[in-house]
Amino acid sequence: MTKMEKTSAFSRRALLKAGGALVVSIGMPVGLDTVLGVNAAYAQGARPPLVPNELASYIAVNADGTVSAFFGKMDMGHGLFVAIGQMVAEELDVKFNDVKVIMGDTATSVNQGGASGSTGVQLGGKQMRMAAAEARRVLVEMAAAKHALPADQLAVTDGSVHAKADPSKKASYAELIGGRYFNVQLDWNKEIGNLLYAPGKAKPKPYTEHKIVGQPIKRADVAPKVFCQEDFCTDVKVPGMMHGRMIRPPAAGSEPVKVDEASIKDIPGARVVWQKGFLGVVAEREWDAIQAAEKLKVEWSPSSVAFPGTAGLYDHIRAAPVRKRELGANVGNVDDAFKTAARVIEAEYEWPFQSHASMGPACALVEIKDGKVTCWSGSQKTHFVRDGVAAILKVPTEDVRTIWVVGPGSYGRNDAGDAAMDAAVLAQAVGRPVRVQYMREQGTGWDPKGPASIHRARAALDASGNVVAYDFVSKGFSRIDVLMNESNPADTLAGHLLGVPLRVNDGFGVPAEAYVFEHKRSAWETIPPLLDRASPLRSAHLRDPVGPQIHFASESFIDEVAAALNLDPIEFRLRHIKEPRDIAIIRAAAEKAKWETRASPRRDQRGEVVSGRGIAYCQRNGTRVAVIAEVEVNRTTGNIRARKFTVAHDCGQIINPDGLKLCIEGNIVQGVSRTLWEEVQFDKQAVTTIDWLTYPILDITEAPETIDVVLINHPEVGPSGAGEPSIRPVAAAIANAIYDATGVRIRRVPFSPDRVKAAMA
Amino acid sequence: MNQRFSLNVNGTAHAVEADPDMPLLYALRNDVGLNNPHFGCGLAQCGACTVHLDGQPIRSCITPVSAVGDGKIVTLAGLGTPEKPHPLQTAYVEEQVPQCGYCINGWIMTAAAFLKEKKKPTEAEIKDALSGLKCRCGTHMAILRAVKRAAEMMG
Repeated sequence: MTKMEKTSAFSRRALLKAGGALVVSIGMPVGLDTVLGVNAAYAQGARPPLVPNELASYIAVNADGTVSAFFGKMDMGHGLFVAIGQMVAEELDVKFNDVKVIMGDTATSVNQGGASGSTGVQLGGKQMRMAAAEARRVLVEMAAAKHALPADQLAVTDGSVHAKADPSKKASYAELIGGRYFNVQLDWNKEIGNLLYAPGKAKPKPYTEHKIVGQPIKRADVAPKVFCQEDFCTDVKVPGMMHGRMIRPPAAGSEPVKVDEASIKDIPGARVVWQKGFLGVVAEREWDAIQAAEKLKVEWSPSSVAFPGTAGLYDHIRAAPVRKRELGANVGNVDDAFKTAARVIEAEYEWPFQSHASMGPACALVEIKDGKVTCWSGSQKTHFVRDGVAAILKVPTEDVRTIWVVGPGSYGRNDAGDAAMDAAVLAQAVGRPVRVQYMREQGTGWDPKGPASIHRARAALDASGNVVAYDFVSKGFSRIDVLMNESNPADTLAGHLLGVPLRVNDGFGVPAEAYVFEHKRSAWETIPPLLDRASPLRSAHLRDPVGPQIHFASESFIDEVAAALNLDPIEFRLRHIKEPRDIAIIRAAAEKAKWETRASPRRDQRGEVVSGRGIAYCQRNGTRVAVIAEVEVNRTTGNIRARKFTVAHDCGQIINPDGLKLCIEGNIVQGVSRTLWEEVQFDKQAVTTIDWLTYPILDITEAPETIDVVLINHPEVGPSGAGEPSIRPVAAAIANAIYDATGVRIRRVPFSPDRVKAAMA
Repeated sequence: MNQRFSLNVNGTAHAVEADPDMPLLYALRNDVGLNNPHFGCGLAQCGACTVHLDGQPIRSCITPVSAVGDGKIVTLAGLGTPEKPHPLQTAYVEEQVPQCGYCINGWIMTAAAFLKEKKKPTEAEIKDALSGLKCRCGTHMAILRAVKRAAEMMG
């Protein structure tokens, strides 16, 4: 079952095999007898160095004419690799099924930033599109040289270049370059990660010629998953591998002072790895490692940490010093406008820490052999894992290879990067390959958390009821207490436990919308973390980092203003929006949901269960989303049923409409879960929500009955992101629907039954 | 103290030597070499480890290997093959259900046992039968479509 791919050999042959090339002659004289002068300049047998300015770093034509696309990002389950395959096949004029996208292996791809910020298609796809277009241009030139014809008299069909006038004059990609690498330089912008961009001379096709892009092609990885033919990172095994488990302090801030190794002497092969605050065990068998971690007697130092506790969280945020303030929108003179306002509307909103609570706790495997390190990881950012593993092991980066294997769910900077670092430290300590998987309480209790925050909004109205000024500020924990990747030990638990302090990294965000007010200001403020290292409440990116928080507040508040003016929520929004795509997205949702124009709340319902509808809208890096929620509220129990969602979604050019719809559905459901149920709770020294009972997520019995999705395609503007934008407005849409149903405004997430009941009392 | 057990998994007998208290999950994954049941919580709260024991879905993460006896274990890999798929596997592919896919053992194995007993279930009955299983990616809408599709295929 387990793929035991031999990965210790770092030869180019091994890399080409990993890339799927079928016939290669590495190190042998290249058979150039069919290649004319121009071709010798373009093609070579040995792979050029894996650097961003080489076309070969992205595209290779295998001996059989199939194409390998080496992608420095990876798919977290939205089918990104299908979209990338479509874009590559489109530009190269090959069949979709002839393209294989190979993701996130540091030995075959350059660092394109991993899965990050919904940029898979927007930035990663853009680069792959440009690389594929350049590959096609070069191949056409090679064919032109072969047939002594001008390139503009050639066309390409299914990977075969042929003369437009005489289709018998042809040369397949396989004949032209199959099994050899492009020797073509690109114009690299010298950026690494998401911003990497390295176009060639070719222009991509105009969208009007797209045949593969825009098609609802299915994912090829679903069948292997349901027939158990594909491994997760949890399934990878190598010979000689040991199982590791970590032991976390019972109280944050305490460290082991005495470890009684004799307490596990009866467990066969169990060994302790203890370095400063880092404490783990390894054993030959997984169950033995789990037993050893449970039975090991450890004396811990007293902790002086005093978290505010869940009940004191928001007061703590209000009182905490601002470490950094940054302005977003700043139009007119907001302060003066409020001084002369006829009426001021204000509100404050609260969002808790939330956990990634991935389906399985993180897992990683590290093998150190002949001075070379190989790490198998489900992290979203394997290139950064490579850098982090090299740093913590103090070995050169080029001696580390990280191979991405799909993990048990990932929605940002979860615990996967920490597991890779832990496995590296354990493997180095015991001199054997070590697979480490966390236990559930570590996955939910110790993963980096989505930051908690408060949000204050106010609007100034003139005597006629016009909004003249709008002021919005978020204050919360930084979304990058630990950075969005694991390239530096300072951003990992293992690093912290080995004595590397947390760095100061401030980041939050402002509402992304198109509202026009004469005076408008938005800002964010960050506060110091609760603990400067190894904290179960260290904050980091969780799907749509800080987007749900901010837009819960900003889109609830827009609704509050509309209600105060006795205006329909959509009518009020459209009065203040001039951007055509933003207007269109709101109208599309309203039309699909058969929105009835009237002010909220309804006031016409008497029974125990009342219903309402609410809208929220937002932007995200070019994408526009409007969500209408229809909910039922049980006024006796406080139970919310989020029954129906209508989502209008504009992410520019749509690459794959069916994949996009499924991606949006997942965002809505996860958004409902986070809105109705999810809150990390903690006492003075520890997180107390550590499993699915204490940290509940949405149950299928509570899932929406309907999610209607309206996709608006704008191929002329190119693709923007879709992985996260649609989770952003969900909480506000629900809050606004609850208000419509009940006239009660809920300003703190989650909307658990007891909280809703209390709000209505 | 380790003991010897003979496990009947997907129709084949496997000799396993293990601590009697070790959960079946680890025997399946590490001794039998089947990777499909996953470790999700070790607490019977999520379903990622679900297998059938004599046709009933059980959580292998809390079932001691010594409790299996001569019961017949079927895992997702034993439910169907690409050549002879279970209707739920066909429906999962048709509906493109999974995102990360780590949860699928729980949903498919639980639904398979349910649909065997219950013909033409209502949507509410399906939801009740699957209640308690977890999917963090939020694929619930697609799961429901797939189970309904499989229910139709199974008549």
